[in-house]
Amino acid sequence: VNPADLAERARARFDDVSVARGEVTVFAERGQLVDALAWLEAEPDLRFDFLSSVTATDWPGQEPRFWLSYELRSTEHHHRIRVKVGVPSTEPHAPSITPFLPAADWHEREVWDLYGIAFDGHPDLTRILLPDDWEGHPLRKDEELGGVDTRFHGAFMPPVDRRTTT
Amino acid sequence: VSDLVEPADQTVREDTGEIRQETMIINMGPQHPSTHGVLRLLLELDGETVVACKPVIGYLHTGIEKNLEYRTWQQGVTYVTRADYLAPFSNELGYCLAVERLLGIEAPPRAQVLRVMFGELNRISSHLVWLATSALELGAISVMLYGFREREVILDIFEAATGLRMNHAYIRIGGVVMDLPEGGDTQVRRLLDVMPARISEYENILSENPIWVERNTGVGHLSAEDCLAFGVTGPILRAAGVPADLRKDEPYAGYETYDFDVVTRTEADSYARFAVRVDEMRQSLRIVEQCLERLEEPGPVMVEDAKVGWPARLSVGPDGIGNDPAYIHHIMEESMEALIHHFKMVTEGVHVPPGEVYQVVESPRGELGFYVVSNGDHRPYRVKIRDPSFSNLQATATMVEGGLVADAIAAIASIDPVMGGVDR
Repeated sequence: VNPADLAERARARFDDVSVARGEVTVFAERGQLVDALAWLEAEPDLRFDFLSSVTATDWPGQEPRFWLSYELRSTEHHHRIRVKVGVPSTEPHAPSITPFLPAADWHEREVWDLYGIAFDGHPDLTRILLPDDWEGHPLRKDEELGGVDTRFHGAFMPPVDRRTTT
Repeated sequence: VSDLVEPADQTVREDTGEIRQETMIINMGPQHPSTHGVLRLLLELDGETVVACKPVIGYLHTGIEKNLEYRTWQQGVTYVTRADYLAPFSNELGYCLAVERLLGIEAPPRAQVLRVMFGELNRISSHLVWLATSALELGAISVMLYGFREREVILDIFEAATGLRMNHAYIRIGGVVMDLPEGGDTQVRRLLDVMPARISEYENILSENPIWVERNTGVGHLSAEDCLAFGVTGPILRAAGVPADLRKDEPYAGYETYDFDVVTRTEADSYARFAVRVDEMRQSLRIVEQCLERLEEPGPVMVEDAKVGWPARLSVGPDGIGNDPAYIHHIMEESMEALIHHFKMVTEGVHVPPGEVYQVVESPRGELGFYVVSNGDHRPYRVKIRDPSFSNLQATATMVEGGLVADAIAAIASIDPVMGGVDR
């Protein structure tokens, strides 16, 4: 399916659809996420039956600050679509899709772990990559990279995010 | 799995109706020879039967994605290659294809052929590690030795061409770092000569071996529906009868022009995954053969655009691959402009137009995806590595619960998880 046709098809349900670099992105409201994914899976000519990935991006200073992106794939029609959901900084929550799509389980835990976005209704929303007692959510842009000064020929080189020239 | 905390004692077993006295919780890993790296399993056992299984990951988390945000686009290659360390070329290729799409460029044909060839050699070497370690766990020590023996031959090719046996950083944005060295094609051809017989040898040892068959048949069953529900891809999905292979479904780097078959099985158990991987090695050899033919035609291996291509040239010296003396002479002695250009490209690098892409490649373990976001800077704004092992491991509990502990070993081996990719 060519991306323009797929986008046209998606406009039947979504108001905000964009096509860029051969990829189709639809924007959904937080509350509509579960219904949106169910619709994309159920439509016989779309059949997005496979969730590849769930992840987030952080844009401090903007609202919504976070964007969740769900990469969907159809193993039947071999096409892809991305569903994006904005999450405000004041309320970093989103509905969990794990109860009806187990593939999202660890991906949602990872987003919670690294971005601090909570998924309501997730059966076991615990940290997954970092230790349980870790503080903070390191992929947020306001978290430091961390690291120590490295000695090199008698001088000290600070970690890359604290160098004056980057 | 929540009852892992408080073992359910005095419960009635569903299958036999007898009272289960107590269960035991066993912690396996993260340092355990059969967990393929630092995977930890919490097992709740009733005798030898696995009642519940909870995989615990994160022991190899190195913050690759966070680090990428502080490095230039070109430096990113050296980070992503370390994620799934048994499939470095897949990591490099996925990342570079994603960045190239953001830049709106395409690597020259010869570079694409080299990418495909090394990717397929890498698939064989990765499957060999899987075969060697899985066989070792089930007691077939000789197969372990053979697997690593052949892998060594492939790593020698990698070393000759890239200077490194792992973490090559060979595939770069806009092409590959250098052409095949002199004699490189002979080395590959020698591998093509011996490999088919060696693959048959593994089959002769294992495929009808009573212990191997007994330990793998019906073990770690995962149906096609379950695979899709858990996000499982690669040989596990193909062993469940689904002919899903991104090289065919969403071709990249010119895979649509190569002649090869997608190997599938229908039994959906550990044995089927073994059979799929062995046959995949044969298909990879077919592709490598076609690559060698195409490599007879010379051509550039990096885009012509000097604002994108990596400026440094490498060459093979008496002590291995290193800086090309002629190039060093050029920038240090001859051309001030070349030196400035080199300095700018190495320290600042390319600015990538704003946007986002999700690029997938078929790694030896399944769908390897790179979600790359740029805000127009000379460093990535966000790189998410969708590693196949991460999603594949989600199905562990479904595969092993209800079976014996010994079968859990075979089932996990059949997933072929690489924790470097899982934890990133």
